[in-house]
Amino acid sequence: MTDAGWIDLALRSARPRAMGALLRYFRDLDAAEEAFQDACLAALKNWPENGPPRDPAAWLIFVGRNAAVDDARRRRKLEALPGDDRLPADGTDGDDPEATLADRLDGAHYRDDILRLLFICCHADLPATQQIALALRVVCGLSVKEIARAFVVGESAMEQRLTRAKSRVSAADVPFETPGGPERAPRLAAVAAVIYLMFNEGYSATGGEAHIRAPLCDEAIRLARLLLRLFSDEPEMMGLLALMLVQHARVSARLDADGQIILLEDQDRGLWNRAFIAEGLALLDKAIRHRRPGPYQVQAAIGAIHARAARAEETDWAEIDQLYATLERLTPSPVVTLNRAVAVSKVRGAAAALEMIEPLAPQLHGYFHFFGLRGALLQQLGRAAEARVALDRAIALAHTPVEAAHIRMHLDRLTK
Amino acid sequence: MLYALLCYNSEEIVGSWSKKEDDEILARLAVVHERLQAQGKLGPTARLMPTTAATTVRKVSKGRRLEAGAEPPTVIDGPYAETKEQLLGFFIVDCTDLEEALSITRELSVANPGGAYEIRPVSLFLPGSGVG
Repeated sequence: MTDAGWIDLALRSARPRAMGALLRYFRDLDAAEEAFQDACLAALKNWPENGPPRDPAAWLIFVGRNAAVDDARRRRKLEALPGDDRLPADGTDGDDPEATLADRLDGAHYRDDILRLLFICCHADLPATQQIALALRVVCGLSVKEIARAFVVGESAMEQRLTRAKSRVSAADVPFETPGGPERAPRLAAVAAVIYLMFNEGYSATGGEAHIRAPLCDEAIRLARLLLRLFSDEPEMMGLLALMLVQHARVSARLDADGQIILLEDQDRGLWNRAFIAEGLALLDKAIRHRRPGPYQVQAAIGAIHARAARAEETDWAEIDQLYATLERLTPSPVVTLNRAVAVSKVRGAAAALEMIEPLAPQLHGYFHFFGLRGALLQQLGRAAEARVALDRAIALAHTPVEAAHIRMHLDRLTK
Repeated sequence: MLYALLCYNSEEIVGSWSKKEDDEILARLAVVHERLQAQGKLGPTARLMPTTAATTVRKVSKGRRLEAGAEPPTVIDGPYAETKEQLLGFFIVDCTDLEEALSITRELSVANPGGAYEIRPVSLFLPGSGVG
């Protein structure tokens, strides 16, 4: 690997931890980002000559903090304070500044630093898309251009969106104190929710844009791995990572050569990523041991049933129906019921499923999948005219041309 | 003499390799594998899943030992993190799930108390055939 290659990877993987610590020092996102940028520039100069530091994140925190402090002093023409415990960045003083530093760098803070950094990006005042964009920029270090492409908007629009998001976050009451145990759980839940939104933003996009949105899924998986390393005994974090892995495993099988959606039951299961599935199943095994079921674990278990079926006909739909019933209890939502209806249609037939989703109409009148499923069920029951109305509505609500094309295919079958 | 070669690297960095980079490295390794295999020098090779998939079984301490099931070992999520103990050996076992792997480690820990077992799912396994 080239110098630039390994340095880039090392900077990327050190970023969350370094940004988390710098944010703790500066209590300001922009200042932390600036300090991190300075440290990265120093790394690009220093690392190729001296080799990679033993702990790249500690190195970056140290250099970033000093650069920012020096900068502030220059601006305010202040002398260095007596008793300052700073160590020189080049390691000329002391036997092994890096090792000392790594020891001093609050190992205990590290978990909370990263959680705080993510939590701030997931601030409840921000709309979901801004939360995701901010996390991609600040935590994952994606460029504005990359994020703009992932959201299929212009670069300047994304730049503005990020600036707005940052000023809203800094205006808001940001919790910098290290949270106690009880406050950690809701923070972790909020962060997990945004990671899953990020994943879905990448996953549900289809067609020509698919290749540029896949990074959203990759970044979401990276963040979930990071959090799970920090909070290793949280069954819902295991569930979330397992869920994303078993879903992402199908990415190569979800679209045909023309970019058209291939339904789960029609996918070539040979294209599924077995390594992702195996890891997802291993994580789910770990999570289940805790006997503290949660929505991510249940959804991962549903994904695992699909993953375990060698052929679509072997899918255990009765078990999926049961798991959706559990999910309905944990997180009642018309969308969950809608998904359950798919399993019900396999187990008890289209009429039972249709009966189940009819009451959802008032809540889901703007939801593409509701009309898609309703149309498909009516089609199975031979009620072609009603099916056509539902499918037309689905096309009108489709988010992407590929979704619309998929529904049109059903419509074509009706007219034949 | 048989030697075990243990591989260390930052999983965060290895995990950020693109599919292409990963494939390239595996292809380069395969060349070495084949040569060693042909020379009758290669035993089993394994690539482990990330440490997030690990479960650690902390065994009963030495001295307080022997009666089966007297003090159940503690099961901890994540990899074995102590640096005071050293890697002394490993088993490869074929299990249907984590529960089965755990029950095997319990059996082993009755026979050999003290220390810990880290259970790491294997993502890639090549049995090899050169040694033995």
